[in-house]
Amino acid sequence: MRVTSKPVSMMTTACLLAFLLWVSAAQAGAAGGSAAVGLMLADVSAANTFNLNLRKPKNPNAPPWEDGIHDTTNEATFKLQPPLEAYEGLPRTSFGNHVDWVKALDQGLIKPRWDRLDSNEEPFVMDLDIVRPVKASVPDVVFPHRQHTEWLFCSNCHPAIFIPQKGANQINMSAILLGQKCGVCHGKVAFPIETKTCKKCHSKPKPADWEPPLSEATLKNPWK
Amino acid sequence: MVLKIERRVAWKSLLLGVLLAVGLSGMSQPVKAEYGDVVINNFSDAAGMRPAVFPHWFHRIRFRCKVCHADLGFKFKAGGNRITMAKIIDGKYCGACHNGEVAWSVENCAMCHSGIPGTPTHFHGSTLQRLVAPAYKPLPAKKTTDNKK
Ligand code: HEC
Ligand code: HEC
Ligand code: HEC
Ligand code: HEC
Ligand code: HEC
Ligand code: HEC
Repeated sequence: MRVTSKPVSMMTTACLLAFLLWVSAAQAGAAGGSAAVGLMLADVSAANTFNLNLRKPKNPNAPPWEDGIHDTTNEATFKLQPPLEAYEGLPRTSFGNHVDWVKALDQGLIKPRWDRLDSNEEPFVMDLDIVRPVKASVPDVVFPHRQHTEWLFCSNCHPAIFIPQKGANQINMSAILLGQKCGVCHGKVAFPIETKTCKKCHSKPKPADWEPPLSEATLKNPWK
Repeated sequence: MVLKIERRVAWKSLLLGVLLAVGLSGMSQPVKAEYGDVVINNFSDAAGMRPAVFPHWFHRIRFRCKVCHADLGFKFKAGGNRITMAKIIDGKYCGACHNGEVAWSVENCAMCHSGIPGTPTHFHGSTLQRLVAPAYKPLPAKKTTDNKK
């Protein structure tokens, strides 16, 4: 008994150690890093990974009881609907809710009410595209009233967010990212602002020979 | 001698136990709530209720934004409507629907008050919260220089 006790506890120790390393490797979440790699690199700084600050959630449409904001000691939490159950059959995307809400509505797959009580009332849709030329090299922005007025009323945007006049509003990307202008909804409920969605707004390509204006520092460069 | 070895093993196990506990607590559940979920906690905590959680995804399948944000007057600001139970039972805000007619009624406290206590009012998944550094502020607009040579 005494003789075996040592190897046994050593084994347990080793198992625990391996598990601990596996846990920390999983936590580091290095792209493609398997448990084996984690073991080998265990004594190297975890700072040298990719995408350090923006880790992607692994399970995007988690049910309420696994989502980290609902209290699992609350019985009713388990009565709430898991998103994936509701999204069954809806067109998918790879951002936001991972659902293409515009397509889902256009194809009649969902029929959200326009009126609280009357399910037959039709929305007041206006089909008017506003093109906003962009000084930078990215494609110009096309703002489509149609998709917006399917969901929203004119007074949701006019005049509090946008003056209803083409070009009358100062809009830039920093304001949008900070939650103003288009960013009031995009980045909150409507599709978010990330690399995969740039071209949803920036959808009108520039002429093939278009080049961004040179900065003053380049034009006046004394070492040219 | 035997006792010594066992004590060493015991120490090792204790140390490992501590390490393991640290490792596991570091693994504490990351927040991965559905995009657009709003935790509303202006008053709930102080009143000993769990914070309310409002799921946009669930409601937008049934209602257009216009119903809540134009007809019912919800402002576009998490926590900005200062919703209270008094307003809800008067048929305002959530109470316009959660009245036993359009949707299940208000006595189902725990369906809305389902958040983890202490969670501050916030909007889940917002781009602003995901930014690593504050957004870049452009230089003040000068007269534009043309690149025509
Ligand atoms: C999601 C927000 C949003 C909604 C909802 C919306 N608009 Fe607009 N509207 C805009 C933006 C953005 C512009 C462009 C402003 C600019 O270019 O500075 C605009 C421009 C306009 C213009 C000016 C067009 C021009 O050529 O000068 C009119 C008129 C207008 N909207 C009417 C409406 C009406 C009527 C509705 C409701 C049916 C509506 N809008 C709903 C965002 C919205
Ligand atoms: C008041 C809220 C609101 C504002 C402000 C707003 N949007 Fe939207 N937008 C929506 C909603 C809701 C949708 C529907 C799709 C979704 O929810 O992802 C949408 C959809 C779109 C689409 C259509 C995507 C498709 O798949 O067809 C484009 C393009 C778009 N928005 C661009 C803009 C631009 C550019 C601005 C700023 C000038 C803007 N939006 C401001 C709410 C808004
Ligand atoms: C919700 C719609 C929307 C999305 C998504 C979006 N943009 Fe923009 N972007 C705009 C609007 C509107 C402007 C202002 C256009 C103007 O000058 O009128 C703009 C302007 C810009 C500009 C010009 C500089 C400035 O700040 O005005 C750049 C560069 C740019 N966007 C890059 C991007 C990139 C990169 C992405 C993807 C991460 C992106 N945009 C996603 C709407 C959008
Ligand atoms: C339809 C959803 C909903 C239901 C059902 C509901 N509440 Fe609330 N309640 C809210 C919201 C939203 C708030 C505002 C939360 C905040 O800002 O902290 C709130 C706030 C409160 C507050 C603090 C503010 C105040 O009015 O004093 C208390 C206490 C409270 N609820 C108790 C209850 C009790 C008890 C029940 C069941 C009888 C209940 N709620 C049912 C949505 C709901
Ligand atoms: C059933 C009602 C309901 C519907 C439908 C609804 N919302 Fe909301 N919305 C809310 C509530 C409740 C809040 C939180 C308000 C509060 O905390 O006081 C909110 C908050 C918001 C905010 C504020 C975000 C911030 O910056 O804090 C935005 C933007 C928003 N909603 C956009 C939308 C859009 C776009 C749609 C349609 C696709 C929509 N909502 C549909 C009820 C609704
Ligand atoms: C425009 C009407 C409307 C408003 C306003 C509204 N709800 Fe709802 N809500 C519904 C309907 C309809 C259902 C589905 C009810 C059913 O199945 O009987 C629902 C369901 C829910 C659910 C359950 C979701 C699930 O997973 O089953 C929660 C939680 C909820 N609402 C919270 C709120 C809160 C909090 C507010 C106020 C901030 C609110 N609702 C405002 C109409 C509304």
